[in-house]
Amino acid sequence: MIRAFGYTIKQAFVQLFRNKNMSTASVFSITAMMLILGLFFMLVVNVNLLASSAEDQFDSIEVYLLDEVTQEKAEEMLEEIEDFDGVARAYYMSKDDAMEEMKSRWGENAYLLDGLVDNPFPASIIITATDLSVEGDIVDQLEGMEGIEDIKYYQEMVGKILSITNYIQTGALILIGILIIVSIVVVSNTIKLTVHARAQEINIMKYVGATNWFIRGPFLVEGIIIGILSSVISAGIVGFAYYQFVESFQQRLLILFSSGMVPFEFIMINLIIIFVAIGISIGALGSILSMRRFLDT
Amino acid sequence: MIEFKNVTKMYGSNVGVENIDITIEKGEFVFLVGPSGAGKSTFIKLMLKEIEADEGTITVADREVTSLSNRLVPQHRRNIGIVFQDFRLLPKKTVFENVAFAMEILHAPRKVIKKQVPLMLSLVGISSKANQYPHQLSAGEQQRVAIARAIVNNPPVLIADEPTGNLDPDTAEEIMNILQTINNRGTTIVMVTHAKDIVDRMGKRVVAINKGKIVRDAEGAYREDD
Ligand SMILES: Nc1ncnc2c1ncn2[C@@H]1O[C@H](COP(=O)(O)OP(=O)(O)OP(=O)(O)O)[C@@H](O)[C@H]1O
Ligand SMILES: [Mg+2]
Repeated sequence: MIRAFGYTIKQAFVQLFRNKNMSTASVFSITAMMLILGLFFMLVVNVNLLASSAEDQFDSIEVYLLDEVTQEKAEEMLEEIEDFDGVARAYYMSKDDAMEEMKSRWGENAYLLDGLVDNPFPASIIITATDLSVEGDIVDQLEGMEGIEDIKYYQEMVGKILSITNYIQTGALILIGILIIVSIVVVSNTIKLTVHARAQEINIMKYVGATNWFIRGPFLVEGIIIGILSSVISAGIVGFAYYQFVESFQQRLLILFSSGMVPFEFIMINLIIIFVAIGISIGALGSILSMRRFLDT
Repeated sequence: MIEFKNVTKMYGSNVGVENIDITIEKGEFVFLVGPSGAGKSTFIKLMLKEIEADEGTITVADREVTSLSNRLVPQHRRNIGIVFQDFRLLPKKTVFENVAFAMEILHAPRKVIKKQVPLMLSLVGISSKANQYPHQLSAGEQQRVAIARAIVNNPPVLIADEPTGNLDPDTAEEIMNILQTINNRGTTIVMVTHAKDIVDRMGKRVVAINKGKIVRDAEGAYREDD
């Protein structure tokens, strides 16, 4: 068993080196596929995060109060609002609270806010709806109340974001599928060349009574090595690019979206797992496919 | 050792072999003769289960070949050594490696390979060329290597498909001597040949096929009308 394994691995490397050019070419093309794949992967993961944080962040209705509304009056309004249909939670945010929240969101740039003489942020009541679709009804009821300066809600925008994300995800999945199929074809063509180069040897192996798996083994391992090599290279490149991107844009994005970007570590770990899994499958499938006809007795 | 019972193989409407009945005992040396297209290669391919019989049953080394599942074909092939007219050695392997290859496939331990291969090389008289490559050898020497490879795993049956077809008469005779030696060790041999002189000189059982049928099965000589 171990002997057979050693033979298989050794043969696989011998074949890889004997077909240096073809092996390199297929590692390159699969790496290219995987780079694109990685791009889509990062896009999808971040769009996902964006969508769910948009849902979290914008699923609330912000009711800005006139400056003349006192704290007691506001508490009364809060109680009234909590009884509306479709309201899950509601809380009061004073002018000072609003300032603090803005400061924490701006992070390093918060000192800019210190220069302000008057606190420009209004007090507000923040309402969380049980569901995006009932926000309109809640707003209708709010409009009958006194002391409200402005109502902000994002029902339509969130709805749009969610449907756009859906399109992006579906599109990316289809593209990923196509890329994987193309990669399998690339590997299978490389292996086919090795198989042809070794046609005579395989023929003799069959006459001497080698099992199909014994014959297939080295080619399978060859394909898997190509797959793993490509996946490690492309995971490295994609990971590096993502790291650079996060480093330079994270701060700016944080101001727009509280969530920021998916952390580098998370992307990297998943990238490696997914790429290696895909690489192994591409390599294995490609080589099995290329040998199928050859091994039919 | 080898038994065909009423075996028929058609290629579409072409006859490969038709209603073949034959028994070859353990330790026999049999010549299979007949004109081109007679069905000799078909006979051998059926034994190896390279092709399937349409009718009848074939048994080799107590194993019924015709009902064998594909999974067991490799096992079955290990019972049959085979030598071809064109040697079919691997050009990038040395003589030693070409023979060792057949043992590696069966996962033989390195130690056993190192013992068994030189034994086989000396049996076919080519020990001195163990580290040469096939292109450095004469045709006769290459055929010796091919024979060593065919018998290195001690198969009970050896098939030779025109093994002397590419050789001059003297070299052919040397090869025949080696086959006789192997046969003396108990290996059953089936040899396909067109070489009348060899068949006549060896005085073995001769099975003549024509148009897919056995037309003669007797001890002795090759006859022109076969
Ligand atoms: N794959 C095939 N498809 C169709 N017909 C075939 C096929 N293989 C062999 N035949 C036919 O079967 C018959 C027997 O062929 P076979 O190869 O067994 O002859 P043979 O005795 O080995 O001839 P030779 O001495 O030329 O090698 C021939 O008529 C041949 O044309
Ligand atoms: Mg033939």
